[in-house]
Amino acid sequence: MEIRIDSEYDIVTARTIAKAEAKRLGFNIVDQTRIATAISELARNAVTYAGGGIIKINEIEKEGRKGIEIWVIDEGPGIEDIELALTDGWSSGEGLGIGLSGARRLMDEFEIYSEIGKGTKVRVVKWKRT
Amino acid sequence: MKSEEKIPILQIENTLIASIQIPLHDKLALSFQRDLLKSIEKTGAKGLIIDISAIDVVDSFITRVLVEIAKMVALMGVKTVIVGMRPEISITLVEFGVQFDGIETALDLESGLRKLKKWKSE
Repeated sequence: MEIRIDSEYDIVTARTIAKAEAKRLGFNIVDQTRIATAISELARNAVTYAGGGIIKINEIEKEGRKGIEIWVIDEGPGIEDIELALTDGWSSGEGLGIGLSGARRLMDEFEIYSEIGKGTKVRVVKWKRT
Repeated sequence: MKSEEKIPILQIENTLIASIQIPLHDKLALSFQRDLLKSIEKTGAKGLIIDISAIDVVDSFITRVLVEIAKMVALMGVKTVIVGMRPEISITLVEFGVQFDGIETALDLESGLRKLKKWKSE
């Protein structure tokens, strides 16, 4: 499933869809909320810093466990210092940082790829508890 | 359509009550802040209750808006209590790590009003 995000309003749409998908896959309400919140942050970063992007939501399975995999992909300016971005803004609640580090804390897996001038891809995964 | 959205602000004695029932995006957050400050000026209210029981996802943006509102109205001598936070939200916020600094909360409207009354009499 693919969602195009261009504006602020799309952030709400994206997180609502992500939450609904998580519910459909059988995640409990707290995990649904974690997933929706992480997506809200990543989507906000894409809209704010890259003018928009695409969100891809997939159901995945590994060693008999089911999970939800979400990619947030933008074609924005890219992040110069990812390590810094992951700690940046953590205390002030401003900027990229709080969203990235927050999303990482809420999800089970977190990967980020970024190229200056090309864009940024973030992959997050949450596994269903057995 | 979207520009006509407003969050209604009710008054009971000298407390204002606002219940956020629709998604709080940028423009709406700004007009909400403005409306609150205008209401405080008009009514001389001393307390503000913001009900977030209808909000099912609280991200860093919403947190910032609420923290800013509490700070702004505090400058006008008004105490804020956020009520109705869903349990899954409180769990997520703690894990997420966003600072909900200096914001008072209460379980529901009734206990929020009681909290404000208690502060008034201190």
